[in-house]
Amino acid sequence: MEILKFTEEHKAYRERLRLFLEKEVIPLIPECEEEHITPRSMWKKMGKEGFLCPCVPVEYGGPGLDFLYSVIVNEEMARICFTGLAAGLHSDIVVPYILSYGSERQKKHYLPECVSGDIIAAVAMTEPDAGSDVASMVTTAVEDGNEIVINGSKTFISNGVNCDIVVLAAKDPAIENKHQAVSLYIVEAGTPGFTKGEPFDKMGWKSQDTAELFFSDCRIPKQNRLGQAGDGFIMLMGKLQQERLVCSLGALFSAETMLDYTMEQCKNTMVDGRALSRSQAVQFALVEMASELRIVRTFMESLVIDHIDGKQIISETSMGKYWTTDMVKRIASRCMDLQGSAGSFETSSLVRPFRDNRVTSIFAGTNEIMKGIIAKMMQL
Amino acid sequence: MDFELTRSQKQIQKAAKDFAKGEFDKQLLLELENKNLFPREIWKKAGDLGFVGIHFDEEFSGAGLGIFENVLLAEAFCSKDSTAGAALMFASHGSEIILRSGTGEHKEKFLPGVAEGNMISAGAFREAHTGYGVGTIKTCAKEKDGRWIIDGEKAWVTNAGDAGFYLVLCLIDPEEDPGKAMGVFIVESDLSGITIKDSGRKLGCCMVKTAEVKFENVQVPISNLVGKRGQGLSQVQNYWNEQRIVAAGVALGTAQGALDRAVAYVKEREQFGRKIARFEVLQHKIAAMATRVELARLITYKAAFNFDRGQINPAETNMALEVSATAAEAVSDEAIQLHGGYGYMREYEVEHFYRDAKFIGIHDSNQGLRLGSIAKQAIGKIKG
Repeated sequence: MEILKFTEEHKAYRERLRLFLEKEVIPLIPECEEEHITPRSMWKKMGKEGFLCPCVPVEYGGPGLDFLYSVIVNEEMARICFTGLAAGLHSDIVVPYILSYGSERQKKHYLPECVSGDIIAAVAMTEPDAGSDVASMVTTAVEDGNEIVINGSKTFISNGVNCDIVVLAAKDPAIENKHQAVSLYIVEAGTPGFTKGEPFDKMGWKSQDTAELFFSDCRIPKQNRLGQAGDGFIMLMGKLQQERLVCSLGALFSAETMLDYTMEQCKNTMVDGRALSRSQAVQFALVEMASELRIVRTFMESLVIDHIDGKQIISETSMGKYWTTDMVKRIASRCMDLQGSAGSFETSSLVRPFRDNRVTSIFAGTNEIMKGIIAKMMQL
Repeated sequence: MDFELTRSQKQIQKAAKDFAKGEFDKQLLLELENKNLFPREIWKKAGDLGFVGIHFDEEFSGAGLGIFENVLLAEAFCSKDSTAGAALMFASHGSEIILRSGTGEHKEKFLPGVAEGNMISAGAFREAHTGYGVGTIKTCAKEKDGRWIIDGEKAWVTNAGDAGFYLVLCLIDPEEDPGKAMGVFIVESDLSGITIKDSGRKLGCCMVKTAEVKFENVQVPISNLVGKRGQGLSQVQNYWNEQRIVAAGVALGTAQGALDRAVAYVKEREQFGRKIARFEVLQHKIAAMATRVELARLITYKAAFNFDRGQINPAETNMALEVSATAAEAVSDEAIQLHGGYGYMREYEVEHFYRDAKFIGIHDSNQGLRLGSIAKQAIGKIKG
């Protein structure tokens, strides 16, 4: 049964994206991985070709397409395993905050350039001492006349070095209830008092400029507050469904890509004159992985449909995030084992996804947090 | 039956831990790992202090001890740093073939350099088309004018480029000998006709170079054949039995080091108003990790103990590596998870324990090969 109904238009979009990535993006990945940053020009090209923010409506400069177009971009980006050009993060995680909660002025001001790739967006929640326990954040935002003064630091921020705007969560120290103290703000790069750290040296996501952000008496206009004061947590929670859905899809697509590659390698690698795939144990391993991927894809596609239909599927997306991001590790590890020595070099198509996917069970809420959410939803 | 280490074994263990603590500078090691460089100075010091080739005879600069003591070193070094530890333990790669089958002259000429930290050795056995086996190698040694002429291409050679000599498994005079007799030849790396083809960076164990080595018309003295014609295959298989125990020790240390870091972190990190070590689920994770490390230790120690008593059992050796390598992967994976975002940062080290663990598990053998070997013994002869 076909769950996601891709139209001819969707298919043409995917085809165009594939060609674009092959020609303009894939050849540059090694250099970006080496440099720990991805040139802004690549973002602009993505935007110019219409591959950023597919869901932003026409009135704000977007193409006004449906969420399946986002699914296509996420799938194709996962297949090439390029984290520096974090299109899913930009288009489907950060920009929706502005689209859903922004004022008309904010939307008109920022969205067209988010679509064109002239603005790269980031979201900043995590702090050095507030990871899983995001409510314990200590970054403050205090009103002073027509301005907001921000102090504190945020860490592990994807697009941290490249970003032109940050959707920042900060709390009003005057409000005691920590869940009511948090508001969201749009902070522009270049604002005095806002500085960016160097890209972190990480296990993977090497081309991604993940960094720490620092705010020291950083003054922004009051009109840069996103939504109502004190609604920060409600807004964050409201957008986590899509964030986790996108993360799960990325993990699933990456796992599928690794298995496809491994399947080909096992068919084509001859050991003592016999293809690896002629071994019964290798066949069963490949079959087991393929079976899990088919089953998980069915579940994930049904979540995409529910999500497009506007259903609240917090528990299900948390389950998906937990399962797919654990699964992708297992599949990376097993694929590498099957390929043996040849699979353990960076020149193989396994090592980068092995390294890159390890973070997926940690970011956007660890899998322990996912299980805690599900337990709550189950009223345990 | 006694599960206690002897006094001298405890002393060796402590000395190795102290050495690693004193010499394994974190920043230096991160840099060496990043640049794929062998830790030469640390290795030299380890050689000076008798930590390299501890199982070599004393007359060849060893300590006359066994694989058990070598495993204790692997565990101690790798728990401090998996990458540097593995590099030190694999620096003598292949030289056990000289130790077990070489003549007095071979041993005298090559082993002291290895044990003193002056010369790295490299076993060159497998070829690109042979996978983890060596049954169908093509590299050959032909006798001509009182020398051996070696031609062929070896793949996945540990220490390629860094080594002072290679132990090369060859078919001997294959045109004249349909029996496919093999032999291991000592080939010094400064001879002409040897080229290294860099295979690039690996997933893990990045202080050890792994590359292809091509031998073209390389001429070696007739006396460089180790043992006799036709013994090569069993020499390499015996070597792998021994080496897998050391690799199990490397995996054991890697698992222990990841566990140590995870325990320290959960006792220090606070979230939700308390140390995260107070969460039941995280306690159970640590407990499961500790259990796996202990299992790995038991079977690795047992395999080493039996090897030293001359009870060489390939199934047990493979079980030791299988248990230890899978434990190392699972424990270091969980250690990253317990560190949260910090676990993904190179600075916090557990990420390279995880990469190293996976690499050790597929380096000289993978799960399929190990299970195949264990099955042979567990099932025995099948009639009909």
